[in-house]
This record gives sequence, C-alpha cells and structure tokens, in this order.
Amino acid sequence: MTSENPPRAQRALRVAKVSKNFGRQRALIDVSLEFSPAAVTAIVGPNGAGKTTLLGILSTLVRPTSGEIRLGDDALDRAARHRIGHVGHEPGIYPDLSARQNLGLFAALYALTDPGARVASMLERVGLSDVRGDLPARAFSRGMLQRLALARALLHEPEILLFDEPSSALDPTGARWLGEELVRERESGRLVILVTHDLDAAAQVASHIVVIRRGRVALDRQQAQGFAAHEVRGLYEEALRDR
Amino acid sequence: MATMSTQPQTSATRFLATCAVTAALFILACKAIIDAPQEVTMGFVQKIFYFHVPCAWLLMLSTLVCAGGSVSYLFGGSERGDRVATCASELGVLFGLCVLVSGPLWAKAAWGVYWQWEARLTSSLLLWLMLVAYVLARRYGGSSARQLAAALALFAAIDIPLVYFSVRFFRSIHPNNTVVATLVPGMRGAFWLSLLAFTFLWTVLFSARLSAENAHSRLIDLEMLIDQAEEKKS
Amino acid sequence: MTASFWRYTLLVAWKDLRIEGKSREVLYTMGFSASLVILIFSFALANATDPAQGPITAAGVLWAATLFTGTVALARVLDRERENESIRSLLLSPAPRAAIYAGKLIATALLMILVECVLAVLVGVLFATGVFDHVLWLALVLALGTLGFASAGVVFSAALLRSRSREALLGALLFPIVIPVLLAASRATACLFDPLAPDLEPVAFWTRFLLATDVIYISLGLWVFEPVVTGE
Repeated sequence: MTSENPPRAQRALRVAKVSKNFGRQRALIDVSLEFSPAAVTAIVGPNGAGKTTLLGILSTLVRPTSGEIRLGDDALDRAARHRIGHVGHEPGIYPDLSARQNLGLFAALYALTDPGARVASMLERVGLSDVRGDLPARAFSRGMLQRLALARALLHEPEILLFDEPSSALDPTGARWLGEELVRERESGRLVILVTHDLDAAAQVASHIVVIRRGRVALDRQQAQGFAAHEVRGLYEEALRDR
Repeated sequence: MATMSTQPQTSATRFLATCAVTAALFILACKAIIDAPQEVTMGFVQKIFYFHVPCAWLLMLSTLVCAGGSVSYLFGGSERGDRVATCASELGVLFGLCVLVSGPLWAKAAWGVYWQWEARLTSSLLLWLMLVAYVLARRYGGSSARQLAAALALFAAIDIPLVYFSVRFFRSIHPNNTVVATLVPGMRGAFWLSLLAFTFLWTVLFSARLSAENAHSRLIDLEMLIDQAEEKKS
Repeated sequence: MTASFWRYTLLVAWKDLRIEGKSREVLYTMGFSASLVILIFSFALANATDPAQGPITAAGVLWAATLFTGTVALARVLDRERENESIRSLLLSPAPRAAIYAGKLIATALLMILVECVLAVLVGVLFATGVFDHVLWLALVLALGTLGFASAGVVFSAALLRSRSREALLGALLFPIVIPVLLAASRATACLFDPLAPDLEPVAFWTRFLLATDVIYISLGLWVFEPVVTGE
C-alpha cells in the first residue's frame, strides 16, 4: 500500500453559535464546538437530533440560519469546499460508470495533477485495484461501494473528512474495515468527524465525543487516550437523561 | 426573528382608512363610469373596459411584486420577501382570472368570438398559468417548494413585457396600448379613477393577506420561544 | 465566463452523455414515447391528410410530442444525480453551480435533438411534408427550440429533485413557461415544412424570437440554478 501524505495544514474547526431553522422546525440551536486535527470526533444522538444537519452545515452544503464556522482563521465557505471530503449513507458515485471512471471524473473536477496516478493509488489504497476495469459501480456490493466512496472522498487530499453513518448497511467485515480506515486517517493528521448511531464504533475510534439532543449540544467530552465502550454508553445515557 | 407590532392600533387605523378611501374611490369611479359617454361602435358593452384594463394592470403588478419578493428571498434569504411573493401570487391569480373572464365576455360582443389565439390574449393566459403554477409549486413542491416557486416567479416576470408590448410587435385584433391616451375626456377620467380604485383595492387585499402571513410567521416564532423556554426548564 | 467555467461545463456534459451512452435509456424511452405520441396525434387529427393543413399539423405534432416527452429526458438526467446521492459529491466539488447547470443543459439538449431528428423524419413521412427542403434551417430551429425548453427544464427538474411530487409537478410547472418556445418553434417549423410557402421570412422572424427567448431563459437559469439546487 502506498503511504499517504498528511495534509499540509492542521487547523482546528470551530463552530460558533450555529443555529439552523427549517421553517418552524429548529434543527440546531446555538451549537458551539471545536474539532481538533489528527483526531476523530464522534457525533452521536437520537434520531432527529440534528446530527446530519450539523454535518450538512460543516460540509458547506447547508447554510446556517445564524452562527459561524471557521477552519483555523478562515471562514468555512464555498471556497473551502476542496478541503472537505464527505462519505454519507449513499456512496455519492455514478452507478453507470466504473470505479476508475468515477474517480477519474472527480479527479478532473478537483483539477488534480497527474489524475491517472492518483486514481490508481486510491484504488489500491481501498482495495479495488483488482476489480475488472469496465465493471460499472452498479454491480458492486455495498462494501465495495463504500470503499469507492472513501476513495472518492480522499482523492483530493481533503483537510477535513466527514462521515455520515457510513457503516449503516455494511456487514461486520465492512464495518471493521471502515473503523481501521478512520484510525488510519486520524493518524495521518486529518480532522475526522463521524456521525454514527453505533456507540461501540464511536468508542473504538474517537477521542472526542459529542452528544446532540434536540438540536443542542448535550455533551462535549475529549479524552486523549480515547474512550472505553462502557464509558461512551454511560456518557450517552447521562446526556439524554431528563434533568 | 419577527417582533410583535408595537402599534397595532395605528396599523389597524391605517388599514381602515385605506378601506374607506378604496370604497370612496369605487363609488366615485362607478359614478364616473355611468356618466362616461358610450363608445360609438360597441355601446354600453365597452364599459367593461373600466374593469378589464385595471385587472390586467393588477395581474402585471402582482407578477412584478411576486418576482421582486422572490429575488430578495432567493438571493438575500429574505423571509419577508418570500411572504410578499406568496401574497402577490395569489392576488395575481385572482385578478388574472378577472381579466380572463371579462376579456372573453367583451370579445364575444366586440369580435363575435370568446377567444382568439393572438399575442396579448395568449401571453396573458400564459402569465396567469405561471402564477397558478407558482401556487401549486408552493403547496406541493416539497422541501424545496419556496425555491422552486421563486424560480418560477422570475420566469413568469419575463412574460410581463411580452404581455404589454405584444400588441405593438404582433398584428393583433386586441386594442393596443395607445387606446388610453386617445380616450375622450369623459372616458379618460372614469378610466383613471377606476384604475386608482382597483389599485387601492389591490393594496387593501395585499396588506390584509400579508398581515395574515406575518402573523403566522410571528406565531411560529412564538411557538419556538415557548419550546425553548420549556427545554430550559427541563 | 472563464476557461475554467467551460472546462467544468464540458466535464459535466461529457459525464452525462457518457452515462447515457452506456444505457441509452433516455434516447430509447423518449424516442419511443414521442413516436407513439406522434402516431396518436396522426390518428386523432382528421385533417392531417389535408395538404393545406399538413405542414401546420406536422409542425405542431412534432413540437407537442417533443415537449411532452422531453420531460422524460429532463427527469432522467437529473434523477441520475439522486441515485447514490451523487448530486452531493458534485455540489461539494469546486465546479461552479452555473457550470453544472450549463453542462446539464448541453447534455439534455443534445439528447433531445438526437431524438428530434428521428421524430422529424417520422413526422415528414406520416404527414407528407417537406422535411428535407430546408435542412439547415430546420436544424437551427430544432436546436434553438430545444435549448429554450431545456434551459427552463433543467432549473425546475433540479428544484424538484427532493420533491415527492416530482413527476406530477414538472410538466405542470414547466409547460406554461415553455409555451412561447413551442409557439415560435412550431410556427417556424410549419413554414419550413410548407412547400407552398412564398419565402422564409416568417422562419427568420420566429428564429430571432427563439434566439431572444433562449438568451433570456439561459441567463435566468444560470442565475437561479444555485439557490434552487442547494435549497435550504
């Protein structure tokens, strides 16, 4: 496997008093957080808590109603999109194109130098280099699609990696592989944010746990040494308890 | 967040005053219309002109206001702009319907047919259809209904110059825009009075509708405040 | 518009055309549906065999069939972005939204024009009109009319991406807006199909009208595409 070059800048991502309303629904209320580089932050919470909305705002695709997000000293806006990689429930690729064609397209969209080499390197990185070259992504298994999605997200060497429940619908092998990849990205210096329902998966990889409840930050805890599974469960239950 | 009106009585008074002025204008306009001389060829039927033309003007005005509100919503994120656009679109549908009903009634008497596919009638019908589409888009467009409708309003606005200038650029059986300037004094006064009365009516309806929208928005804000207070308590 | 804008535009258009090239779904479904619509019209319109009415009917049927089934092309070109949420990846890329719009416009219009070429021949055969009398003019009218339709269509298809009533609403919202395009294109086409037409002056007039409409619609589309596709 080729070694990854760590991203040049290692800057913190700061969310300051961000709120988001969808009509009468307040999806996020005064959320303030700081995400560190070379770390995995797991954002957990019940369904409808606002986790995906927060991730949408961090990806710059959703405009906050109020508040501000900064990457280091720079505002995180559309100009910073090339610094962001996103892996969601769905792989975000074109099913009629092959893996190589998909990555080639995104390499062109990101105006990468030497796109051919970069695509080959990414395919090898995620273990798809042996797949038949002309096989459309439609024929891939769920696990293969998520590998391709990760390759797409890493292709342009983003500073920030956002994962929105990436292991939903993955089998245990696939979920384990994804966990290993998250650790690998953390160790290469990337700022990784993972939205998940899976508290055990969060415990395995995260050194920063955020619990979102009804649009607000109910818990924000960092531990350099990481968390044990029972710790995460305990923190989660405490955060959700009605006071 | 919208704030409660601090002077509800003043705005109610203003509204009632506008209603009173509108009523007075309509009374004066009706008198002027009755007293206005009859047109030589069409006779009494021609007086539908004093209803039809102001409604057409209000159809175009509504579309323009809807488009303006849509621009400020789409590009400025203005919620007020969005509310203005909604209210204007509904009035556009209403007055457009008046044009499309009064026009054919007059056409039957003047041209012998209810409808002709000529430039002004066609472009007016299209404009009305676009406003109806706007209302449909808002109701059924799903999560992006407001953006969809706003985009529609901008496309509809392109039709306004087409409606107005169509009689100039295309050979048409419809009277052209110079008719108003060539009206005899008795008719001219009745026309402008009628136009003014209808414009005031539009203003009354628009402000009433916008008031309702603003109140609805304030209600939502208050509900959010209550939710917030309850969460803090818990 | 910079060289970078055009690069992204061509990239998006090429992507859509390449995907269509693999499945040919739009070409076949739109082509077949439109052909059926033309057949239905030719059965339903009793005066179709009247030589005097032939060109007007043929032109009207061609454009009506194109518009009705053009929504198929629009829906599929945009719907492909919904599958696997590839629209999010596209929006996250540095590609300007206006370039995404322009790319989709070019791809949709090209696919529709390909189908229309076949439909024009079908109409010419069924209605016995002079389809090949003024091929270059016909090509120009087809291109401008299709561009006008697609320029508004891409905006509304994109806006309806997240809507459940997508199929029901697209036609309802789009058709009032594209009727001026239909009008101009069918008038121009009728004159081109008419062997007895004294000159092509009406064609020139309606072509200028189409060109003006296209410029306005495309400008508006470039302007409003971003807010409608990103939504709230």
